[in-house]
Amino acid sequence: MSYDPTAAGTTAGTTAEGPPTLPTDRRTGCPFDPPAELTALSDQPLRRMRYADGHVGRLVTGHAAARTILADPRFSSRYELLHLPVPMEGVSGELPPAPVGDMIGLDAPEHTRYRRLLTGRFTVRRMRQLTERVERFTTECLDAMEQAGPTADLVTAFAQPVPALMICELLGVPYADRERFHSQVATLFDQRADAEDKGEACTALLQYLNELVLAKRAEPTDDLLSDLTTSDLTDEELAGIGGLLLAAGLDTTANMLGLGTFALLSNPGQLEALRADPALAGQTVEELLRYLSVADPLPRAALEDVEVEGRLIRAGETVTISVQAVNRDPHRFPDPDRLDIRRKAAGHLAFGHGAHQCLGQQLARVEMTVAFPALFTRFPTLRLAVPPEEVPLRDRSNIYGVISLPVTWDKE
Amino acid sequence: MSDPREPLRLGVDRDRCAGAGMCALTAPEVFDQDDEEGLVVLLHPAPAPEHRAAARMAVGLCPAGAIALDSPDSTGS
Repeated sequence: MSYDPTAAGTTAGTTAEGPPTLPTDRRTGCPFDPPAELTALSDQPLRRMRYADGHVGRLVTGHAAARTILADPRFSSRYELLHLPVPMEGVSGELPPAPVGDMIGLDAPEHTRYRRLLTGRFTVRRMRQLTERVERFTTECLDAMEQAGPTADLVTAFAQPVPALMICELLGVPYADRERFHSQVATLFDQRADAEDKGEACTALLQYLNELVLAKRAEPTDDLLSDLTTSDLTDEELAGIGGLLLAAGLDTTANMLGLGTFALLSNPGQLEALRADPALAGQTVEELLRYLSVADPLPRAALEDVEVEGRLIRAGETVTISVQAVNRDPHRFPDPDRLDIRRKAAGHLAFGHGAHQCLGQQLARVEMTVAFPALFTRFPTLRLAVPPEEVPLRDRSNIYGVISLPVTWDKE
Repeated sequence: MSDPREPLRLGVDRDRCAGAGMCALTAPEVFDQDDEEGLVVLLHPAPAPEHRAAARMAVGLCPAGAIALDSPDSTGS
């Protein structure tokens, strides 16, 4: 399963000694805004930061500096070179290297080898060809939601199943296995599940992916895993890649759909504009990606001394790119704290930048561009079923979002 | 910033390309991706005036720095 080197374990903050740690506390009542200490740093785009183990590295909050660093191969993604920005449960000392198949924690040329086997499967054209299937899954979820209504938890009824069904489709998970697959995935990404249950789910899921790889080798079908069995990848690598695609493609889009719905319901003017002109869906998705920046932060390690914007970053230093701060950089996005679906949000770094920029971003775009308008068209009176301050938020995962989103609507 | 419709000459470096698809998304009249590896395919090294603004934007959005502007030895893909 994909390793999560940046998951927040405890609350960080400024202390008396040395440079400050990574700010992680959002203000009460501002579920969409980064911690105030982070956005206050817009004039210090590249400041010193103290890491969980006492290491002193950097914190990047400037858009230009982030782009420079993420595009520079002298900054490594290898987990074993990184220091954790905030403490993580069960991890002390050096981080282990990336497990087999997890290309997120690799550099070129190993990273390139894996990535090139996959990029052809995630092109703009191929992902658009999946539009009809996304529409079908979306309709199925909305039908079920409507029947069970007029209330729902939008996360379990909609935000999670739509991307989960698409991942099953891509990987070629047979229909008979999907329930088992979904329950394991749900446990794995459930912030409230205990570590033991998560561990068991992770083991079971990897075991399942191993079985799936063997099944596809024996009897190839029309899907990604079957295609990859003709490459020179080992079974272990194939299962690892399957796990990575799951982790990267599921929790991310699911949280964008959940938190994005919350954000649109909290900005009725913007939602009204989208309803009035569904052609704004693509722009709305880009703006929500910028505004919410759910996958955060991105760590890198300097392989040699590098000067960025006049500041020397020493070999061995870890650099933490705060995606949420970078995407609210007022030098790049005017009036950054305003959700504005008409702004030019392109150029946000929600999918990262450089050689590791999100492989599945075109799939995510298709999923969201279909799902948001479909949801608001089906339920024109959709609204929160609880006061906004009672919506439970994630606080210790590197994918931000709502834990649940109770919604209601008027029955016809 | 110069006139976005000013003539431009593009070049692409498929070795650097990360296959993210930002160019094909932003300027589909100018860039494509091959089906095999998803790497950049330059359709028009000298884009028509109406596609130049999008092409310039795609240059800026490319995550891998794989598209060059005014490249003298641009050979297409």
